[in-house]
Amino acid sequence: MPGKTRNNISQNEPLLFEISHPGKRAYQLPELDVPLVDPGEALGAGNARQEIADFPEVSEIEAIRHFTRLSTWNYAIDLGLFPLGSCTMKYNPRINELVARTEGLAWAHPYQPEALAQGAMQVMTNLEAALAEITGMDAVTLEPAAGAHGELTGVLLIRALLETRGNPRKKVIIPDSAHGTNPATAAMAGYEVENLKSNAKGMMDLEALSRVADENTAALMITNPNTIGIFEEEIVKVCQLMHSRGGLVYMDGANMNALVGIARPGDFGIDVMHLNLHKTFSTPHGGGGPGSGAVAVKKHLEPFLPVPRLKRTGEGLSFDYDRPQSIGKVRAYYGNFGVLIRALAYILAHGGPGLKQATLDALLNANYIRKGLEPFFDLPFKSPSMHECVFSDSRQARRGVKTMDIAKRLIDYGFHPYTVAFPLVVQGAMMIEPTETESRQELDLFIEAMSAIAKEIEEDPQFVLKAPHHTRTSRVDEVMAARRPVLRWRRQAPVSIAAD
Amino acid sequence: MLAAIGLESQDQLYAHLPKDVLLGRPLDLAPGVSEYEITAYFRELASRCAPGYASFLGAGVYAHYRPVLCDVVVSRGEFLTSYTPYQPEMAQGTLAAIFEFQTMVCQLTGMDVANASMYDGSTATPEVALMAARITKREKVLIARSVHPEYRTVLRTYSRYEGITIEEIAYDPATGQMDLADLDAKLDSDTAAVILQSPNFFGVLENWKQAAALAHGKGALLGYLFTEAVSLGIVDPPVDADIVAGELQSFAHPPSFGGPFAGIIATREKYMRQIPGRLAGQTVDSNGNRAFCLTLSTREQHIRREKATSNICTNQALIALMATVFMTVYGREGLRELAIQNLSKARYLANGLERRFSGSFFNEFVAKTGSSSPEKVNESLLENKIIGGLPLRRFYPELADCVLLCATEMIRREHMDRVHQAFQL
Repeated sequence: MPGKTRNNISQNEPLLFEISHPGKRAYQLPELDVPLVDPGEALGAGNARQEIADFPEVSEIEAIRHFTRLSTWNYAIDLGLFPLGSCTMKYNPRINELVARTEGLAWAHPYQPEALAQGAMQVMTNLEAALAEITGMDAVTLEPAAGAHGELTGVLLIRALLETRGNPRKKVIIPDSAHGTNPATAAMAGYEVENLKSNAKGMMDLEALSRVADENTAALMITNPNTIGIFEEEIVKVCQLMHSRGGLVYMDGANMNALVGIARPGDFGIDVMHLNLHKTFSTPHGGGGPGSGAVAVKKHLEPFLPVPRLKRTGEGLSFDYDRPQSIGKVRAYYGNFGVLIRALAYILAHGGPGLKQATLDALLNANYIRKGLEPFFDLPFKSPSMHECVFSDSRQARRGVKTMDIAKRLIDYGFHPYTVAFPLVVQGAMMIEPTETESRQELDLFIEAMSAIAKEIEEDPQFVLKAPHHTRTSRVDEVMAARRPVLRWRRQAPVSIAAD
Repeated sequence: MLAAIGLESQDQLYAHLPKDVLLGRPLDLAPGVSEYEITAYFRELASRCAPGYASFLGAGVYAHYRPVLCDVVVSRGEFLTSYTPYQPEMAQGTLAAIFEFQTMVCQLTGMDVANASMYDGSTATPEVALMAARITKREKVLIARSVHPEYRTVLRTYSRYEGITIEEIAYDPATGQMDLADLDAKLDSDTAAVILQSPNFFGVLENWKQAAALAHGKGALLGYLFTEAVSLGIVDPPVDADIVAGELQSFAHPPSFGGPFAGIIATREKYMRQIPGRLAGQTVDSNGNRAFCLTLSTREQHIRREKATSNICTNQALIALMATVFMTVYGREGLRELAIQNLSKARYLANGLERRFSGSFFNEFVAKTGSSSPEKVNESLLENKIIGGLPLRRFYPELADCVLLCATEMIRREHMDRVHQAFQL
């Protein structure tokens, strides 16, 4: 194998329940300093359980080996480029992990007296202010737990504002390049969805928008740069058009890593947007979460923000629940506070100039990959790329090899695949976002791997179709998983335990 | 690199943007600082909280000891810095751990199927209501007033435009349990679900068996919520419930000022296709070896778009992993022993105080402050670096003379003796 990889030993590891043995233990509890209470007596015999059947019993060394072995079956940013488009898989600085565990912050209880929570509230205040400056918006709520949760919050805010104007309206317009969460969110807020086709440049079609945006349109939900990695050149006119029709503009901030320090949504007409702190602001994806979907708004939406709002009083910071126009709460307490600490640490480490430099490096890396791959793959939209570039598998599809097959072969070369088959507007999309994290060496290895695969497809498409060839787990049968769902281990497991 | 793409400066990378969208000035944020300065900055902020205090706060967020292995495992870059396992060939570690997590949640709750986690317990609550409405094709949801007040608020926000009406069921002022007569009166053929929490917000175990019987009698589902997962070590699993949802913060996550936590939803096999969020399933690879992958994704937003069961896209994988390690470390014996320690501490604390409700409780309970007041009691405790219980006035005006006190295994006897004294001042 060229480049990054070579074969090495990978250990098998059964499930916890299969290595469990009665009487083994990995815990110690201190001696009880009060009289022992019998659960049957205290709770009533009918309320007390006798045992947790089949719950694991392992020793400490078995526990750590179990999870360590599982960890070696994963790919991660710490192992190399993770070019998932629109996911912004950048380095997760470890200083963020350290400070998030600072005792006074990590162990702060959401209901402890405000006088004993000033430091935690200051973290939130400082982050809100930094995000408002970065986005050019007037106010920020940190309550939503993730991007899709932020979207829901944002659309509820729009609905609340329109209701005070007398008519919440009926539909939300969403371009065909949008994230799948956008239409699902609009539906949850009680709106119908109207799709809008992109134009030949991969951008929003102002005329088409003008035809569908009417007195029933509550909002337009856009992503900018869009999911093709292209900046919407007519964004100012788009926002003006929506506003002239009495609608609002929501921006999905998933691609904000292309804009920080260069352009601000608040300056080009956006009314409300969310940020994915786990993308742009480096908090770890952790295999799927936790994230944070902070929502930034212009002044006219501020009265509707979820409670509580932070306010400064004579005695310091305080939580304000007396907000009669608020949409209520979208989550208990104040948001994913531990994620907020990490995001603030990232902003402090970079500072204003560093944040802009990170953006410039992200743009440079994406355009370097675009240039390097253009000879081998079809680039359907030629407009300039921002932080990501989207190729089509059309050239390779003629040999019977699709984007998913190329992705699987890429795994053999030691890389996580790009985003596969999204956005839908590109046939067989390969959506690549390197982020600012990567060095030229890593990018060159990636380009080398992709070009080698393109060559393999010309010479032996069958070989690529059967990839991956060198992973411990070969291509997984996802159809069987869905057809005969096995969603938990049981004592008589329905599928026999094969090699591992 | 610039030369390779035919540019001379990085500013050319965005030269194609329209002039009127450019910021045209530096961001008004201070220049970057070093690791050392960042550590000092957060240490200073942390000192303006309550480090070193003992705390009797629970109310949905619990301070339990965190076995060291939990942080060791989640700090491994292969878990910490990986993505949602869409490419199963290089994410078997995450997928196997989720599969174990789903299994252990089922073992604890007595359900057949559990998802890979939700944002938290509060956002899992409306998902219970929406799921029940999809299953029963009914539109009314009854929720006990003894459910966490913030969970009920979140439920209202979510259900407003989903065509679901919410009614609350009173609590019995003597026992602190859901008032079954009030439930019986409000249950009808439009009711999709009855939602209760056990132990409830007052710490009292609910009579979920009778509530289930009443709900099922009218064709409604029973939704069972929990905020204190450690209780599942000794309370009877809610096998009569149709949907179980709750908060796993107690399993290894510190209070963290309210988040990030991890919620769960579990249900019976027959409702499997109505469960929201991610699910990991077992299958085989092309060599016939056992493998895992995300499955039943036709329920999800990226396939179904506006017709999805929910717009939820992420789960709380890393927190769920932490909880998985916690459940593994304590295991079959340990979780029970941990729960008994909590039970014993809370009994010791309650013995010196006047309880407001007579219902059985796990590790928290409501106490009357008698001739004193919640504020006075808590003020005197703060002088000894002890944070007292939660004054209930804010959520239940009728309980203005009461506090909700929680005693976990981390509370020491001398702290409880201090509380006994403070109540007598």
